[in-house]
Formats: sequence, C-alpha cells, structure tokens
Amino acid sequence: MFKKLTLSAIAAVGLMAGATNAAVIQSEIEDFDFSFEGPFGTYDENQLQRGLKVYTNVCASCHGLKYVPIRTLADEGGVGLPVDQVRAYAAQFDIYDPELDDWRPGKPTDSFPESNDPNAPDLSLMAKARAGFSGPYGSGLNQLFKGMGGAEYIASILTGYTGKEKEEAGSILYQNTAFPGGWISMAPPLWGEDVDFDDGSSNALRDEAVDTAAFLMWAAEPKMMGRKETGFIAVLFLVLMSVLLYATNKRIWAPIKRQAKES
Amino acid sequence: MSGIPHDHYEPKSRGEKWLHSRLPIVGLIYDTIMLPTPKNLNWMWIWGIVLVFCLVLQIVTGVILVMHYTPNVDLAFASIEHIMRNVNGGYFIRYLHMNGASLFFIAVYLHIFRGLYYGSYKAPREVTWIIGMLIYLLMMATGFLGYVLPWGQMSFWGATVITGLFGAIPFIGDPLQTLLLGGPSVDNATLNRFFSLHYLLPFLILGLVIVHVWAFHTTGNNNPAGVEVRRGSKAEAEKDTVPFWPYFVIKDFFALAVVLVVFFAVVGFMPNYLGHPDNYIEANPLVTPAAIVPEWYYLPFYAILRAFTSDVWVVMLTNFLTGGIVDAKFFGVLAMFGSMVAIALAPWLDTSSVRSGKYRPMFKWWFWLLAIDFFVLMWAGAMPAEPPYSIISLIGASYWFAYFFVILPLLGVIERPSKQPATIEEDFNAHYGKSE
Repeated sequence: MFKKLTLSAIAAVGLMAGATNAAVIQSEIEDFDFSFEGPFGTYDENQLQRGLKVYTNVCASCHGLKYVPIRTLADEGGVGLPVDQVRAYAAQFDIYDPELDDWRPGKPTDSFPESNDPNAPDLSLMAKARAGFSGPYGSGLNQLFKGMGGAEYIASILTGYTGKEKEEAGSILYQNTAFPGGWISMAPPLWGEDVDFDDGSSNALRDEAVDTAAFLMWAAEPKMMGRKETGFIAVLFLVLMSVLLYATNKRIWAPIKRQAKES
Repeated sequence: MSGIPHDHYEPKSRGEKWLHSRLPIVGLIYDTIMLPTPKNLNWMWIWGIVLVFCLVLQIVTGVILVMHYTPNVDLAFASIEHIMRNVNGGYFIRYLHMNGASLFFIAVYLHIFRGLYYGSYKAPREVTWIIGMLIYLLMMATGFLGYVLPWGQMSFWGATVITGLFGAIPFIGDPLQTLLLGGPSVDNATLNRFFSLHYLLPFLILGLVIVHVWAFHTTGNNNPAGVEVRRGSKAEAEKDTVPFWPYFVIKDFFALAVVLVVFFAVVGFMPNYLGHPDNYIEANPLVTPAAIVPEWYYLPFYAILRAFTSDVWVVMLTNFLTGGIVDAKFFGVLAMFGSMVAIALAPWLDTSSVRSGKYRPMFKWWFWLLAIDFFVLMWAGAMPAEPPYSIISLIGASYWFAYFFVILPLLGVIERPSKQPATIEEDFNAHYGKSE
C-alpha cells in the first residue's frame, strides 16, 4: 500500500508545485504548436532566424536583450547564423566601451543592447518569466501535458490586441485579451507584413508572432537542446543501470528468499 | 559499535595490524557497512540513500556554482545568467542544484512519514529522531538561504517575508531582524550573509548526518514489523538480519537509480516546472509581485503560519492572556515552529507500546489522515490568504496539532493492537514463504 501511496504522493507533489506557480496570470492564452515542446522538441533554425529579423526590425526599437551575448547567434542548436553574418549583425550596434571611453561598432562578444525605452522591459528572460499562467484552474496541467509556457504567452500577447484603446492617467492603454487585467501600455507592435522573410515564409501577423515568440524562447533558454540531450543520455544510462542493479539485487537475495520459502 | 552481535574486522597482514593498532579506521568502515540489518526492510527504507545522494549532489554542484557566482546585489542575477549561458555545462549544473533541492525535500518527507508510520521514533531511537529533525530544520534554512541567492523577485520578496517572521518575536524581534538582514531591509548585506550561511549549513548537515547514522547503528534499524532483532547470540541475530553490504547496498542503489531516472528526466525536460517564473525577473524593491509564494516544500508550514489570523478565538484568547505580547503574527510564527516541534516530540507523545503502524488498526486511519492533511495544507499554502482557503488552512493546522498532542497520546490507551509477529524472521518468512 505504501508503494502505491508513495507514487501518488510524488505525483501530487509535482502537480501541486506546478499549481503554486499558477493563478498569477489569468488571461486568454492560446496553445500554439511550437517545435521545441516536449522532451524531443527542438528549435527550428529557420524560425529562429525569422524571429530574429522581427525582433531586430520591430521589438528592438524599444526593448533590449542585455543578457544575450551576440556571439551565441552562431551557436548550434539555436539561431545558427554563419559567423560572418554574426559579425555583420553585431557591427550595426553602437556600443559604449568603458576602456576606450568612447562609442564603437559592436563585436560578437558584446551583448545585445539594453532597452531603449525605460518602460520597455528587457526581453532576455521574458519567455521564462511569463510561464506562470499554467491552467486549467491553476493545476499546472497545461504546462505539464501541453507544454504551454512563456512562448505561448508572448505569441498570445502579440496577437491578442482587440483594437480598443483608452486613456488613463495621461497614457494610452490598449486592450489585449492575453494581458492580465486586459489593458496593456504597449501599442500593438505587429500588424502583419511588418518584415519580409528571405525564405518566403508567411509574414501574416500570426506567423510573425509565433516566430518572434520562438526566438524569445531561445533567447531565454539558449541551451535547451543541449539540456534535453544530456537529460536523454542520463535517463537512458540510468534505465540501463536500473535493469542491471535489479538483476543483481534479485540474484543476491535469491538464496535468502529461498531459505524463507523452505522454512 | 552496534548492539547486535556480528563479526568484526580482524587485521591479518602485518601492515593491517600496524595500521589497526594506530588508527582502527578500516575496522570502523567494516563495522559500518557490515551492520546487521533487519532483512524485512521494505522499499520505504531506501530514502536514506537518496538523501545521502542529495546532500553530496548539492555540495558538489554548489561548490562548482560558487566558482562562477557573484554575491552582490548588482551582479548576482547577471552572474546566474552567466552560468546559464557562458559557463561550460553551467546550465545543467545549475538545474541539477535547483531541482536537487526538490528531490531532497521529497525524499526527506517520505523518510519522515515512514518513521511516523512504522514508529521509528520510539525508544530506543529517540536520539536518532531528534537529530533527524535538526537536520530537517537545517535543510529548511539552507533551502531558503539558497533561494535568495539568484536575486530574483521571489528571492527578494521571500527573504523580506521570512525575515519578517523573526521581527514578530516580542522585545528582541526588531534587533534580531536587523541582525539577520544586516540593515533595515533586504539588501547587499543580507545577500552576503545569506551566501556565507548557505555555504556553511550543508557542512553542519553533513556532520549531523554522521551522528544520525551513528545513532541508528547503535540501536539497530527499525523495521516494518517493529519488533527488535534478537540479540541473544550471533546465530540468533543472523536469523533476523543480513549484513548491510551487499544486500541493502545493492537494493538501495537499485532504488536510487530508479529515482534518478525520474530526477534526470525532470532536470533534462522540465527543469523550471517546480520553480517560480517570477524568479527570472531581477529583484526590484519597488515592485511587489502579485503573490509571494514560497517553494513547494515550505507550503504546509506556510499554511499553518497564515492560518492563525486575529479573528480566531485561540489567538484572541492568547492575545488577551498575554496582555497583547502574543499577537496574531507572533502566534502564527509560534504555530509554525510548534508544528515542527510536535514532530520532534512524537517519541514522548505516542503512548502506544506497539511500534509499527501495521499492527495498530485505529492509528492507521489517523496516520493517513495526517498524510492527506499535509497535502491539503500544501495546497492551501499556495492559495491566497482569503476564505475559503484560510478556513481550510485553519482546519488543517488544527488537525496537525490534534494528531500529535491528542490523538497519539489517546490511541495508546484506547486502541487494541492486532497480533504482531514474534520475530523479524517470522515476518520475513510469512512474506516470502508463500507468495513466491
């Protein structure tokens, strides 16, 4: 009996711990299908490159990515830009260098610039910081079974504008079905066809939003593929270990148990 | 070392004899791992090994993390991101450390509840039990201190709330809180002392673990039947026991490997599931999060802390009797620590002469109700402090105290235990004699 209860207890702890993170954000979050969901999910290099383009042309005019080193754009299992393109990408930024006491063009070893607008939060970790809406009823089940996380939140925000505006304390708020409370101070950043993709992918609003969310998920968790790979190898190895130890254990105990049977 | 008769180490070669007469360390190790162990131990006795693994894992990963972490309010959060992005394998080390804390607490709760069910706390194992509770308290402290180090929003606000508990103590509360924080509020001084203590406490835990193991090696393990190993002679003792090596070492390693399959799956595939997303936002003293929620392993006691609000009659009465010294806030703090002290006092509160819950028909029900109560409190602790959750917390907290201070003492008197096996051998044979 203890065995069964132990298992259910562990399961309950898991669910409950998920639930503790819930109930903070209650809004309409759509369950988008991202390529990186689930234990075997991977980032889609092309999608991340499209997302980078939207980020650079639209988001970056206000927001920053201060924790993300530009050189990581070349990393495998991520955006995967060729090194010369990364160098060219870095050079577009003017970066203040305290050693020169002057401004210079960016290098791949620099990080992305900080937010331009003090009211625009840094986006480096947004996809992990906004993973807490896990419904239904705060059970955390969506996060567990549907893989819903911060990327869904970001895509939902980008597509969640209703077009309504209101003025409050001198600033304009925009109605957004995904934002907690329903009114957000960020003006709709994407309208559809904001950028043209080199690979000819759709630049409809929804597609742009999903690509941007995927890119920001990478920005927040750049080592996801390495992590899953290590986890996978560890699990495989430990399953093998368990089988071997199970057999060893059975063999060692066999004489003791035989004794019990004969008594 | 053990009171159970068994073979001891005999130095044979000249070299062995030379060392043994100067430092009997080989003999100590031999006696430790050849300890006669009741052969009927079930799978609930594997959590000790899991806990040892957790302690080692946390120390090893922690020592590596410290090499790259910076305890300064302006740099701490960024240094964590440095570990996650720039340090080779740093992301995995950190996720192991983060989730290692959760595994540690899952294992310790199962370990404690196993002890409560099988009466492991009863004579002659009270000292083992008390030391175990001290280890658990130090674990809670270490976990809390460590959670502050990443300097995220939950780190900062969690530290603010928890140190505030010490401020609720009458007379000495304010200076105590200032001492803990190193100033009037959570700031750089707080982060530095928390960092120092977070590195220190695990080694105190390690020391206590050695004493914990020493204590139960002296009394011998408890077992599911709750009857003692026969100690009349070595031959008699060997009917009830097998040496810890290899029988239980291999069994425990098998169980550990299975537990680690799940653990590594969590670390590899959903490492942030058990954490709070707000901790990926850098600490900001000017912005309070919508809800300040402690880590899951504190929630049952957090619920007890919040359960006793000023409109509860016990609180009002205490407030009146103490002339206002014990207000609702301090009452909550007392209740929270009291609920843990209650566990530590179990050896003296339980009046039943029967050790194992298996042979206590009434006790069983109350025990499982306590286990459910633990989960209800955990859930209530995560919910906002408002009806109906506050009422559920209050009922849950009341049952917690009732279990230890009323039910355990009463059951020993009114309960009629069922028949226990006379020996461990009988219990073991009854189990393996017919089923396989």
